[in-house]
Order: sequence, then C-alpha cells, then structure tokens
Amino acid sequence: MNAVYILWLRQFKRYIRSPARLVASLAQPMMFLIALGFGLGSIFARAGQGSYIQFLVPGIVAMSIIFSSIFSGMEMLWDRQFGFLKETLVAPVPRFAIMLGRVAGGATTAMIQGAIVLVISLAFGFRPNNWLVVPEALAVMLLISLLFSAFGMVVGSKMTDMQAFPLIMNFIVMPLFFLSGAMFPLRGLPKAMLVVATADPLSYGVDALRQLLIGTSHFGLPLDIAVLSGLTLALLFLGSYFFSRMEV
Amino acid sequence: MSAIIDVRNLTKTFGAFAAVKDVSFEVEAGGIFAFLGPNGAGKSTTIKMLTTVLRPTSGTIRIDGFDPVTQSHQVRRSFGIVFQDPSLDDMLTARENMDFHGVLYDISRAARRERIEQLLNFVELWDRRNSLVRDFSGGMKRRLEIARGLMHHPKIIFLDEPTLGLDPQTRNHMWQYLQELNAKNGTTVFFTTHYMEEAERIARRIAVIDRGTIIASGSADELKTQTKTESLEDAFLTLTGHSIREEEGTNLDRMRRIRGMMR
Ligand SMILES: Nc1ncnc2c1ncn2[C@@H]1O[C@H](COP(=O)(O)OP(=O)(O)OP(=O)(O)O)[C@@H](O)[C@H]1O
Ligand SMILES: [Mg+2]
Repeated sequence: MNAVYILWLRQFKRYIRSPARLVASLAQPMMFLIALGFGLGSIFARAGQGSYIQFLVPGIVAMSIIFSSIFSGMEMLWDRQFGFLKETLVAPVPRFAIMLGRVAGGATTAMIQGAIVLVISLAFGFRPNNWLVVPEALAVMLLISLLFSAFGMVVGSKMTDMQAFPLIMNFIVMPLFFLSGAMFPLRGLPKAMLVVATADPLSYGVDALRQLLIGTSHFGLPLDIAVLSGLTLALLFLGSYFFSRMEV
Repeated sequence: MSAIIDVRNLTKTFGAFAAVKDVSFEVEAGGIFAFLGPNGAGKSTTIKMLTTVLRPTSGTIRIDGFDPVTQSHQVRRSFGIVFQDPSLDDMLTARENMDFHGVLYDISRAARRERIEQLLNFVELWDRRNSLVRDFSGGMKRRLEIARGLMHHPKIIFLDEPTLGLDPQTRNHMWQYLQELNAKNGTTVFFTTHYMEEAERIARRIAVIDRGTIIASGSADELKTQTKTESLEDAFLTLTGHSIREEEGTNLDRMRRIRGMMR
C-alpha cells in the first residue's frame, strides 16, 4: 500500500512541478468552449435544443480528462526513455500495486484538470442545475479519470518508443472523443453512428456528467456507472498483466 | 559451496543476433564476482536477465534458488541493482529519489531517514539533497544512483559499470563500503567494469565474456597464470585478443561492436 502511495505521490509532484503542462493542457478545452460554445450556440438554440454551453460543458470536461489521462499513460514512455522505468520494474512490488499507483497518479492530475475546466466554464455562463450534486459530479469525473488513466497505462506499457504517440492520438484518442457524444446529443443520431457511440466508453462518462450537471441522460446513470467501473477494473488487471510482461 | 547465482546454458537472441550464447556460470553466496568483457560482449544483457527485466530465449537461471521468469517476485526481493544506464527521476530531488526507493523496498520511515542521511553524506550529496536531479552533473547523478543502490541490504547486489564517470575518491569509497557490506552481511557482489585494476583488486572470482560466450573464468591469479601474463589487463587483452579479432571479424561483428560502444 505504501508503494501505491509513493507512486501516486511521485506523479503528483511531477505534475505540480511542470506548470507549463497545466497551462498548455487548458488551452484546448478553452478553445472548444469559445469556438463551439459561442460559434454553434445560436444554431443549437434555433434547433430547439436549449443552451449549447450547458450541453457542451460536460463534454469538454470529459475531453480534458481523457486527454490528460492519456498523457499520463504516455509518461510511461518518458520513464522508459529516461530509464526510470527500470527502477520500478525491479522493485519487489506486486505489479498490480504499480498499476494502481500509476493510475491513481494519472487520475488525480486528470481530475484536477477536469475540475479546473469546470470552474473556467462558469465564466462562459455554465451553471449546474443543482449545486448540491457537484460532489457527485466530481466523483464521476474521478471515475472517468481512473478509466482513461488505466487505459493510458495499458497502451503506454505496450509502446516502446515515442513514434507511436501521434498514432495513438489520431487513431484512438481523437475518435474516442469525437464519437462519444461529447459535442452532440445521441438522441436522433443515424443508426450506425449511435452504435459506434454506444461502444465508446467515453459516451458513458459524458452521459453521467450530463445527468448530474444538467439533468439529461441517454443511458441512465446506473448503466453509466456500471460500464465505467467495470471497464476500469478490467483495464487495471490487464495493465498489471502487461506490466508483468514488460522488458527494458 | 552453495551457489546463490546459478546460470545454465543461458541464451538471448535479438532477432537473428545472439547477444548471449549458451552461458553457464555460478556465483557462490558471499562472493565478489566480476563479469568482464569488451563493449557489446553481453554483460548488461545477462544482468538484465538475472534481474527479471529481460526474458531469456533459453536456459535456466536460479537467483537465491528462484527462477526470474516464473518467480520474479521472490527474485526481486533478493537483489539490489545499480544499472549501467541512468535510472533516476530527474523531476524529483535527490532525497525524493532515495525515499521513493526506500518505500518500494519496504524500509521503515525511521530507517529511511537515517540511511538517506548517511548515504547522501557518504556520496557528498547531502548539501544538495533538496535539489532536483535535473540540475545535477553526470557524476553527481551516478553518485546518487550508487547511494540509492546501497540503501536496502539485499542478499545480492548487481552493479553494472558502477564506477563509470566517478572520481577516484568516490570510487574507492564505494568499493570500501561494498567490501564492508560483503564482510559484515555476507552480501554477494556481482559487478562489471572496464577498469581491470579494479577487478583485480576487488573481485575474488572473475568471468570473461566475449561475443556472448564465456571464454575464461577463475581468480585473477588463475587468469594470469593461464595466459602467462603479469596483470589482469594483459590477461584480458590476450583472452579477448583485439588485434586478431579485428582481422577475422565479419562486417556484422564490427557493426555490432560499434553499436555496443554507442549505447
Ligand atoms: N534490445 C536489444 N535489441 C537488439 N540488440 C541488443 C539489445 N540489447 C542489447 N543488444 C545487443 O547485444 C549485444 C550485447 O549488449 P550488452 O549491452 O549486453 O553489452 P555489454 O557487454 O553490456 O557492453 P558494454 O560494455 O558496452 O556495456 C550488443 O551487440 C547489443 O547491441
Ligand atoms: Mg553494458
């Protein structure tokens, strides 16, 4: 358990020691809020869907979480390149503890990013339906962070060099984000598109956040939570298996 | 004589290239063992297999009676290692790197505090304990890695070219510390080096590996007698026969050696 804690602490320290990373990672969500929130807002309202900012913010929060989570998985490549990975791999610590510690570290930073975006979105006019559910929304954000940090570690543990990073971004992370319903309602989608969105785990994260923050949901909160936690657990085990197979 | 490290017919291939070929050797518990060989001979590759971070292609390894492939956890509990390549987190301070290690190796808080102070003083980094490793010189990083490697007291300690880039003071200091550890706790020491006088002075047994194969082993004196030479350095050169090999080496061999030198 101490090992999990120290692995978490290490990642947290690295995060707070690189403020540039924090600032840079906020730029993208801001851009989406401005361009989409203001740019598409009037069309969305004219289509009778209500306020687009209200609808969009949970999606953008989820976006900043997934990007930040994946990034922490990619830090594994960094650790491999700079050699620190060896130090963890030879330690007499169960691989599940290593996975847990790293995922907890990645998820913590991702969740902080998400929370910052949520706060910033208030300046764009976003208001949760009910302030009392904000803690629950934060819990869901943590769950999404855990899921995608675990996913990031699984991917990171399989990669051996930085070259694959753009591939991961363009062929996994971007599709996960764009097809998740983060930016559009799932209701009334073409059939094929709906199937894809239903298979995208991020859809359930966005959906859960919408349920809590603005009171609309496609799948329903229980299903959302079940999918998110089930997948997280599965990825934690898969990741520790990959860790046990890892070579330097 | 009980072997704490027992290696039988160990082979590791990378694609078509065999980095380690059918290597067998033993290291007795409490011994000080030097693993010598030219660049690219397969020393680090062997150490990686002994320390669970590389899977052998074939052959068997026993570390304190355990198999690194199937009983990796038990094996990891029995050794400490100083890698040849860097292995610090440069966004952490010297002390944080030490503490991280101490926690992973389950050292109590009190013992951690005490040993960190003692060892950082030992490598003369105590004054810099709160500096980020990023700001350290190459030699300072190396000293920190040595200090970290000595923090827990395993049955076996592997050191892959530990003295590379260290000043003579720190080098002597380190060997003295290791010899004490060996005498007091019976810690087995397994190291590689390119400084032959170091191997001659410290090691009680030596194995020479060249192009993935062990070509000689014994005490420094035995190797000198065997090659009819006066120093271990001459014995080493006779055994690995550089000038001769240059002529008969294939292109692939040459390329491999250049690569080995660059890593
Ligand atoms: N991951 C790898 N993929 C391909 N070849 C490798 C790999 N690791 C090592 N080798 C090759 O195996 C050979 C042995 O390398 P190794 O690092 O074990 O040498 P060494 O004896 O430690 O040399 P040095 O004294 O330079 O540290 C070299 O030719 C090297 O290029
Ligand atoms: Mg080496």
